[in-house]
Amino acid sequence: MTDLLEVRDLRISFAPPGAAPIVPVDDVSFGVAAGEMVALVGESGCGKSLTGLAILRLLPRGAQLGPKSAIRFAGVDLATLSETTVRPYRGARIAMVFQDPMSSLNPVMRVGAQIVEAIQAHASVPFSTARARAIALLAEVGIADPADRVDAWPHQLSGGMRQRVMLAIALAGEPDVLIADEPTTALDVTVQAQILELLDTLRRTRQMAVLLITHDLGIVAGRADRVLVMYAGRIVESAPASTLFAAPQHPYTRGLFGSIPRLDGPVERLASIAGVVPPPGQWPSGCRFHPRCPLAVAACVATRPPLVADTAAHATACWVTAGSPT
Amino acid sequence: MSTPLLEVEGLVKHFASGGVLRRAAPAVRAVDGVTFTIAPGETLGLVGESGSGKTTVGRTILRLETPTAGIVRFEGVDLSTLTAPALRAMRRRMQLVAQDPFGSLNPRHTIEASIAEGLLIHQITERVALRERVAALLQEVGLDASYASRYPHEFSGGQRQRIGIARALAVEPRFLVCDEPVSALDVSVQAQVLNLLMDLREQRGLSYLFIAHDLAVVRQVAHRIAVMYLGTIVEIGPARTLIATPRHPYTQALISAIPDPARRRQRIVLTGEPPSPTAPLPGCPFAPRCFHPARDSRCTNERPALRSADGHGVACHYAE
Repeated sequence: MTDLLEVRDLRISFAPPGAAPIVPVDDVSFGVAAGEMVALVGESGCGKSLTGLAILRLLPRGAQLGPKSAIRFAGVDLATLSETTVRPYRGARIAMVFQDPMSSLNPVMRVGAQIVEAIQAHASVPFSTARARAIALLAEVGIADPADRVDAWPHQLSGGMRQRVMLAIALAGEPDVLIADEPTTALDVTVQAQILELLDTLRRTRQMAVLLITHDLGIVAGRADRVLVMYAGRIVESAPASTLFAAPQHPYTRGLFGSIPRLDGPVERLASIAGVVPPPGQWPSGCRFHPRCPLAVAACVATRPPLVADTAAHATACWVTAGSPT
Repeated sequence: MSTPLLEVEGLVKHFASGGVLRRAAPAVRAVDGVTFTIAPGETLGLVGESGSGKTTVGRTILRLETPTAGIVRFEGVDLSTLTAPALRAMRRRMQLVAQDPFGSLNPRHTIEASIAEGLLIHQITERVALRERVAALLQEVGLDASYASRYPHEFSGGQRQRIGIARALAVEPRFLVCDEPVSALDVSVQAQVLNLLMDLREQRGLSYLFIAHDLAVVRQVAHRIAVMYLGTIVEIGPARTLIATPRHPYTQALISAIPDPARRRQRIVLTGEPPSPTAPLPGCPFAPRCFHPARDSRCTNERPALRSADGHGVACHYAE
């Protein structure tokens, strides 16, 4: 399977005046194929959201891509494009949805008008066609009575319905890639299940490549094809989802699994990870997880472990556990 | 069975919603008749989605809200009969740990000042001994005593929640209402705080009303679990039984919707979202989303009472 979107050696740095540069994303590489769902998982501050923004070249002011960083999409390296030449890709070929649908929707514009706006931004079609298309999109994202809802205001919709509208807007340009950054974090669990089901359906029916950015390993299970675990700006483990859940190798991934309360089995004390993620700029040498790692040895302090894949495409950046049976 | 520490009977809290331009709007029935008890040393988990009224239950118990109807007895005393000074004295015994400790810590006070506030108000510790007492509390929640002179913004979310817990413990309460204490935290930090809350319960013999939207988190700490939907308890029972054999269709859907990294469960994906709490339904509040094969007109017309067997209660006409 060739990757539709390929990120290579992604490095994002900030150079505040008069201070040492901060590198919140360092050496991140991965690919997403058409119809595939790849999950990028990590805790706050690990760099997962910046990675998503970098793909669309939406990085905040002051952020710089590394000289070797490449974002290849359909034969083009988006990292080399100018602000003007990258625009046709945004929304039309690669779309994005965010966590909070309320702040992403315009509160004084009917939802239908916002979808029409998105459709007409990407294609010159008459209003009547765009409106019909907007109603069809609302139906596709599972909104009941789309012909009525198209004239609703955002405040009249529940959180789950707003997120569906955001998805309709994202689909307006018929994108090949969808980046979903914590799309269900603000939603209740029964509504979260509905939205995840919808994402899964959309990528299958449209053969979209989906990059699901989340802090929640749970929502990834059973839905994503592959999982990338990020810690302190780097990918520490990457594997097919079923492999990762069956046999996580990196001590950080194992710690994450141990930290999640379970719904079955005996209730035991949670095997939490000691300490906290250090802020960017204070990241330790070698393996950045070593100060919190129960298995750390001298090599972990001195040298950075490379991300090494075994035969089953299971890659782990760890001197101690990579390749060892769990 | 020993006397309950807390008894809640028929608790009702309605909020008048003055609409825009003061048009009369129907009241929001946030809590619509809730009954449960908590024994000394026991933790009751209160689970529900946003808008289910779980936070209002906690706030009404602590009398941060005045109940519209119903009785709350703490250590056998009906809180509604207490005078203001007596209620204040009672508050030493019951404290709140909120979701966002940053919002409840004064950004311009040092951690020491924040933690010491309760000690001074209740005249528990003399000023000279204050510093030592605060240091001991910080250590008890796993923080360095030297943090006392710092300000809230210098701390991470997990550390702030530990400070919030130290502040609640300062007045030596017997009972804590923990309202989503870990939902704003990253998973690895969440586990640390859950472990801390369980250690403290053991060491201090505390009782908790543990409010959360995450059933797996609640199962980790609670002895019994109550599931709320639209202002009422639809199911209550021992934590293990309730999760292993949920009886109410809503509980079943809630459990099936919870993503479990370890295995893929049969999912029940509910249609729709909870109805508005301003227009109460005459029947079962869950009826519009219910998928129970036996559901019928009785469900939409007659509100099911909470039926109990072996300490496991369910409010459904057709649940086994």
